[in-house]
Amino acid sequence: MTWFTFPGDNLLCRCLGISITAWLTLLFVFIIVPAVLGVSFGIRRLYMRTLLKIFAWATSRMEMGAKEKNQQLHKPYSNGIIAKESPSSLQQELQELRGSASCPRSEPEFEMADIFYFCRRGVESILDDEVTKRFSAQELESWNLLTRSNYNFRHISLRLTVLWGLGVLIRYGILLPLRVTLAITGISLLVVLTTLVGFLPNRELRFYLSEKVHLMCFRICVRALTAIITYHNRENKPKNGGICVSNHTTPIDVIILANDGCYSMVGQVHGGLMGMMQRAMVKSSPHIWFERSEVKDRHLVAKRLSDHVADKTKQPILIFPEGTCINNTSVMMFKKGSFEIACTVYPVAIKYDPRFGDAFWNSSKFGLVNYLLRMMSSWAIVCSVWYLPPMNREEGEDAMQFANRVKAAIAAQGGLVDLIWDGGLKRAKVKDAFKEEQQKLYSKVLVGEQDEGEQSDDMHLEDENQEEDENPEDESNQDSTKGQ
Amino acid sequence: MGFNGTSPLLDQRGELRPEDFGAIRELSMNPIGDRIISAFFSPGKETVDFASFVRILAHFHPTETSRSRDGVQPEPANSRTRKLKFAFQLYDQDRDGKISREELLQVLRTMLEMQVTEEQLQSIAERAIQEADLDQDDAISFDEFRKSLEKVDIDHKMSIRFLS
Repeated sequence: MTWFTFPGDNLLCRCLGISITAWLTLLFVFIIVPAVLGVSFGIRRLYMRTLLKIFAWATSRMEMGAKEKNQQLHKPYSNGIIAKESPSSLQQELQELRGSASCPRSEPEFEMADIFYFCRRGVESILDDEVTKRFSAQELESWNLLTRSNYNFRHISLRLTVLWGLGVLIRYGILLPLRVTLAITGISLLVVLTTLVGFLPNRELRFYLSEKVHLMCFRICVRALTAIITYHNRENKPKNGGICVSNHTTPIDVIILANDGCYSMVGQVHGGLMGMMQRAMVKSSPHIWFERSEVKDRHLVAKRLSDHVADKTKQPILIFPEGTCINNTSVMMFKKGSFEIACTVYPVAIKYDPRFGDAFWNSSKFGLVNYLLRMMSSWAIVCSVWYLPPMNREEGEDAMQFANRVKAAIAAQGGLVDLIWDGGLKRAKVKDAFKEEQQKLYSKVLVGEQDEGEQSDDMHLEDENQEEDENPEDESNQDSTKGQ
Repeated sequence: MGFNGTSPLLDQRGELRPEDFGAIRELSMNPIGDRIISAFFSPGKETVDFASFVRILAHFHPTETSRSRDGVQPEPANSRTRKLKFAFQLYDQDRDGKISREELLQVLRTMLEMQVTEEQLQSIAERAIQEADLDQDDAISFDEFRKSLEKVDIDHKMSIRFLS
């Protein structure tokens, strides 16, 4: 048998050799060289348009299938399943309840009907609450041929299944290896080149080269994820001596922003591969990495950040004030730490298009490596980045109000819902302070306001109790380092 | 609607436990959140399945204005009486059909907790019972409850409109 397989073997080896060479050449010409030079062939956008056409076709097939069986196609409701009345305060609602019940009395007191208000609010929360749904991936209105985004989509015909199978082959057989290769190339280049640049004695040259190296490596990483990014309003790009803040959806946010400009990153020191990258990067560019113990010390953190922005030769700092990953349908509470530093804030809004692959990192469901693999086996990551005009803290505005103003601007630009809730609720329970706030409001209705001169003998008691500083936003004392 | 797709109460078992409700952040903020949660569970049972879940939620469906057939069908879940009964049970935790003074005090305590003194609580409860308790048995029965809420627009206040 040996004389039979020998020529076959040779042929196989030769074929393999040729295909690998061809593959690597294509890779180099079409991906690495443009990344280094910062140009683009437009292949990714063509890819995106083709995919959209395919998805539209797939959805229409599903609708046809549904019609044949006389059933409704399941469409998840992105705006919620119940009609929420315009939010009126607790006082107003209770007045309405009581107004319809009996004649107005001289002193406010308890009515049995009051419970209806709390009851309805409670059940509304059970059906559809604003907070909990932000911590899981957004549901799509039409299927994008990924099993992971298939929430209850039925009527998948044979043709669609074949298409899906083809999609799986392409994604896992072609795209995934390609992307992994690129990612490895990008990361190794980053580590090696930044270390080398760090050895240069000349400061000017070092700055210049480090910028170029960082940009190049992040561009390769962007291609490793097939990220198709559209930058808007680039005239507002962050400048030296400022802080760039953005909403946080995934660790990839960093790559997306760093693709277009150089930033100093802030974060905790990690071990392993991340730690190696951090150590290498800091050799050539002044990134700010904190030890785990230093993170708790707010003053230390604030001091290091202030020192950095005071030095105008250093790049702008990149911070994600939400402190955790949110699913890109809303912007949650900004921690005020980064807004206390006296400098210009450059807000940036990032909005991902979920049709091509959901970028949200649900850290309670997936680890980082699992997440990256999922990212690399999606179709693409499509997002828009808006650079908003710089903002400064105004006279008489405290850090929290400033933070809220910036948050509102980012939410408005990105088309996201602006919530006051703390992203930390992903892992923690709601603080009792919120419940007490509700109780306080209700007791005001029952027992009267502080200044209304109610002649009850125990007014002095409960009013003192209400004097605690109940601002719920101050409760979270975490600093603003970018984290999960 | 329901906990298969859109409800945040993700679960694979097909049943809900009280802890699952605890995961809803807005509910934790509600002073009577715990009572609402226990309203979903029949006394003594620790889980609620989808059918029972829906049955309880049906209480909150807006009442239809035109009812052509009366008395022929069993009373629908969202009738005024059933809504009142649901609210009554939030007060009457031991389900003996009466809201005793102690039960009323308990509700007031959860709704107000540290914001009022014990004496104020007592006086509020006293006033409420005096007004509603018609047969002077120091407790509020369901009929007395219903009578005291005659003029309240329950249909509007206890209804949630579902988008479809």
